[in-house]
Amino acid sequence: MIRPDAPVLLEIRDLHARVEAKAILKGVNLTIRAGEIHAVMGRNGSGKSTLSKVLAGHPSYTVTGGSVTYRGENLLELDPEIRARAGVFLGFQYPVEIPGVSNLEFLRVSTNARRVHRGEAELDTFEFEDLVRERLQVVQMDPAFLERSVNEGFSGGEKKRNEILQMALLEPLVAILDETDSGLDIDALRIVAGGVNHLATPDTATLLITHYQRLLDAITPDYVHVMAAGRILRTGGKELALELEQRGYDWVDAELAALEGADADRQPAEVA
Amino acid sequence: MSSPQAVGDLVSQPYKYGFVTDIETEKIAKGLSEDVVRLISSKKEEPAFLLDFRLRAYRHWLTMVEPDWAALGYPSIDYQEIIYYAAPKQQAKKASLDEVDPKLLETFDKLGIPLSEQKRLSNVAVDAVFDSVSIATTYKEKLAEHGVIFCSISEAVKEHPELIEAYLGTVVPSNDNYFAALNSAVFSDGSFVFIPKGVECPMELSTYFRINSGDTGQFERTLIVAEEGASVSYLEGCTAPMFDTNQLHAAVVELVVLDDASIKYSTVQNWYAGDENGVGGIYNFVTKRGQCRGARSKISWTQVETGSAITWKYPSCVLQGADSVGEFYSVALTNNRQQADTGTKMIHVGPRTRSTIVSKGISAGHSANSYRGLVQIGPKAEGAKNYSQCDSMLIGDQAAANTYPYIRSQQPQAAVEHEASTCRISEDQLFYLQSRGIGFEEAVSMMVSGFCRDVFNQLPMEFAAEADKLLALKLEGSVG
Ligand SMILES: Nc1ncnc2c1ncn2[C@@H]1O[C@H](COP(=O)(O)OP(=O)(O)OP(=O)(O)O)[C@@H](O)[C@H]1O
Ligand SMILES: [Mg+2]
Repeated sequence: MIRPDAPVLLEIRDLHARVEAKAILKGVNLTIRAGEIHAVMGRNGSGKSTLSKVLAGHPSYTVTGGSVTYRGENLLELDPEIRARAGVFLGFQYPVEIPGVSNLEFLRVSTNARRVHRGEAELDTFEFEDLVRERLQVVQMDPAFLERSVNEGFSGGEKKRNEILQMALLEPLVAILDETDSGLDIDALRIVAGGVNHLATPDTATLLITHYQRLLDAITPDYVHVMAAGRILRTGGKELALELEQRGYDWVDAELAALEGADADRQPAEVA
Repeated sequence: MSSPQAVGDLVSQPYKYGFVTDIETEKIAKGLSEDVVRLISSKKEEPAFLLDFRLRAYRHWLTMVEPDWAALGYPSIDYQEIIYYAAPKQQAKKASLDEVDPKLLETFDKLGIPLSEQKRLSNVAVDAVFDSVSIATTYKEKLAEHGVIFCSISEAVKEHPELIEAYLGTVVPSNDNYFAALNSAVFSDGSFVFIPKGVECPMELSTYFRINSGDTGQFERTLIVAEEGASVSYLEGCTAPMFDTNQLHAAVVELVVLDDASIKYSTVQNWYAGDENGVGGIYNFVTKRGQCRGARSKISWTQVETGSAITWKYPSCVLQGADSVGEFYSVALTNNRQQADTGTKMIHVGPRTRSTIVSKGISAGHSANSYRGLVQIGPKAEGAKNYSQCDSMLIGDQAAANTYPYIRSQQPQAAVEHEASTCRISEDQLFYLQSRGIGFEEAVSMMVSGFCRDVFNQLPMEFAAEADKLLALKLEGSVG
């Protein structure tokens, strides 16, 4: 839902980042207001996951320029756990397995960290059991998954549902979902999309990274961005995704070539 | 910030028990000779059989050479530079705690082991050993009502010489190995536990070993006997001050269990480990062995080894009785320049004997952590079974982990199963936990304690939380 007067939650300006010596993000600009759903699409390797990890604070990525403001605060100087407690959530493209750490315990510690940050009381094990059982409904997940180690031996689709369960518990203000739809069967896709819609409110925003229109059929984006070579090359409404579905990404090469020929510092068009 | 380097920093926490208690100590001159052995024995007013035992051990020790097969490297130990007897000057063990030097009580308070009546752990009796002597044993009377003997080994020598003579050196003979022989010659103090037939010990028993002097070796000796149908759970804890020299700790622990009896022996070892460059720290050379003499008897070793510069330790079970059971659960954490070579021996003698080995090694910094285990199935051990699981966790990329499982079977039908794994705490796993609001340190400690869970579950309830805390302590610290 686009409301020009809604508060800006996330403001990314000319963001540059590298991993080791390799520059990956080369000037990303993006403004996200409360209530909005943004989709980011683009070829494999264009930098979508990198953008999401930089926003979450992954230590392998070094920001080399630009700024990210989250609710008026410099996001980049916060440790990853502080960003999470403050309401930035990243649903991973490839959630890792953590053997030996109980999923239930992990979810409880993490939920309580966010609660304490919001000035709410920590939940004891019994109160948390109640909450988690209720939130399991959102993703229609079997409570048996709580007894296992975090993501250990989970199928691809089960890992993604576990990500959405975490999102349901943490109640983020900005949720970045990196290809949460990939690896899901048709029913699971519907459940996950239902969950995301259910959790989206006028006060929160969602950034969906996806390759497929089928997710955007279920979750209608307000904006669609096309990422290429580390920047946002084009922004449009939901029709842009349909256009991509038909035309593919060949046109990107021509535009990129033109861009690269122009002044290296030139900014691509931005939203809002 | 949260790089693998920082994970390394995290486990290099300052040692909390490094203080020295300023107390007047009676020490003998350094060096080892037959006269020193006689002097120790006479100071302790020992009967002739014990002096003989010591002298035989000493003479045998002179003919032995220090073992060098372990994956350990350390400068050679000068046995003439060590003091073999040191005791706080308040002599003669006091009848009541009120008479114990307050400085000593304070020391144990500071270590988290309150000895004074009102502060005691409600269901744990404690024997507190300071340098070479036991300074206090709590709940003795209450235990005596059940026929349980729990006292220092020196007291047992005086009050129950027949038991000492009957059992001492019967599990670990005085010529068993270099360090056991040395211990047998000069052992100072330690605990003695005797659980009579049919008695289930009504509380946890615990011995706390504190090294205080800088130039003294500690040679403690523990003997636990559980008669038919008896059972006991025993825990030892240990700390030492920080010195920039190394102290030698060469202990011997012997366990004897008769028919249907069981001993659960847990250790939380936190000797000073030396600094980040490997200067100082305890050399811990320990011989621990239990004998399941009776049918259906059981010995379970659980150890959490976090300290010492060098650890050389293989708590073992000799499974003689038919259907007897041996267990070994171990967590060994090494950091900086620490070296640990630890494991177990399960010697299956009797029919249908069973053993379980679960070993978890965590290595950080430049440390080296080796598991060394032997499963031996003798010709009469029909239907014997062993299951071993050895997992290693590496933190950072400078640490080393090795596994040396030896299996010798003279029973074609025996079932011997061995599993091993190595994992590394990855940056991505830590980031995953952090991205859910969990702080870096807590993330590391969650992963480590998850890794150790199978072992912690074996600790007596009162101590499981303590062990978890100890590892967390070793892992705690400011990040970046
Ligand atoms: N840790 C890393 N080390 C080296 N190269 C990296 C690293 N992380 C990302 N890259 C490179 O950065 C580029 C962008 O990767 P990124 O994962 O952001 O792409 P993506 O748009 O998410 O692709 P996909 O659609 O396949 O998920 C790729 O060329 C990738 O190989
Ligand atoms: Mg990606």
